[in-house]
Amino acid sequence: MNLLGYFKNKNKKTSASVAKERLQILVAHERAARNGPSYLPQLQMELLDVVRKYVKVDQEAITVSVGQEGNQEILELNVTLPESE
Amino acid sequence: MARIMVVTSGKGGVGKTTTAAAFGMGLALRGYKTAVIDFDVGLRNLDLIMGCERRVVYDFVNVISGDANLNQALIRDKRCHQLYVLPASQTKDKEALTLEGVGRVLEAMGKDFDYILCDSPAGIEHGANMAMYYADDALVVTNPEVSSVRDSDRMLGILSSKSRRAENGDEPIREFLLLTRYNPVRVASGDMLSVEDVQEILALELLGVIPESEAVLNASNSGVPVILDETSHAGQAYADLVSRYLGEDLPHRFLDVPKKGLFGRLFKG
Repeated sequence: MNLLGYFKNKNKKTSASVAKERLQILVAHERAARNGPSYLPQLQMELLDVVRKYVKVDQEAITVSVGQEGNQEILELNVTLPESE
Repeated sequence: MARIMVVTSGKGGVGKTTTAAAFGMGLALRGYKTAVIDFDVGLRNLDLIMGCERRVVYDFVNVISGDANLNQALIRDKRCHQLYVLPASQTKDKEALTLEGVGRVLEAMGKDFDYILCDSPAGIEHGANMAMYYADDALVVTNPEVSSVRDSDRMLGILSSKSRRAENGDEPIREFLLLTRYNPVRVASGDMLSVEDVQEILALELLGVIPESEAVLNASNSGVPVILDETSHAGQAYADLVSRYLGEDLPHRFLDVPKKGLFGRLFKG
């Protein structure tokens, strides 16, 4: 890279690094879904329906994941409630 | 018993067939009796890349259905007699390949060959599943580009669940990464994912990096596997790939921006 390019790019994020970040997040997400139990997406949908009966939330407001801690499997349910008006 | 390798990617146009042709030729040149099978039923192209399109009489589906025997359908390469091609059928019936039929043909070939390469179609449908099911090894062909990397990762998931080895609980398929169409100049300027980036995301053993090269198009234009173009960087990189697969420990080449000569430096711009 020439000197001019060095100064030009110093503060700018390159498109490759943006691509890498996006991919890392996406791949991690998709791997988690792949390795989880097959009922997980269904569970997520049904939980969303229940929550929606009472609170108005988006599709992305609920995340369900299965993790491992020691020899315990943990089902983690995360609901982001909208800010109250 | 032959070792079966699937050349796969998920995404189309990343260089699966180019790779299958070059890799097959490379193994054959080292003296191993090698067959390359085109699994892309309906969109046969391996014959064209290998330069034997005018010698196709019978195909893979004919062998499965019993209309022809293996010896009638296998095309022996004229440049290297250790190399054989089994072309795909041009039928529109994608279900012509059956798990049982493919297994039967691979079993029969396995006695006679050292390596069998399965050139997978793009996508994650029937043909791709057929190509990977019996594999011992998988070469995952990836371009340094977001959609290709994502699809490759998806493919890895399928490899680890929908193969004979996975279903029988055998030792899993050995998976290798091949990065193709790599452009070091664009990597240096930050426009393209680097080898390290892709490796970090996919967490796969890197078996080779093929630089973007004019030689690849020239080779397919004339039906010559690019590995035979020994002067080209792509050809040399494929030769390295074969060596590494066979157990040699070689450093990866062509990853850096070519140094400019005196002229280049004087007239930089």
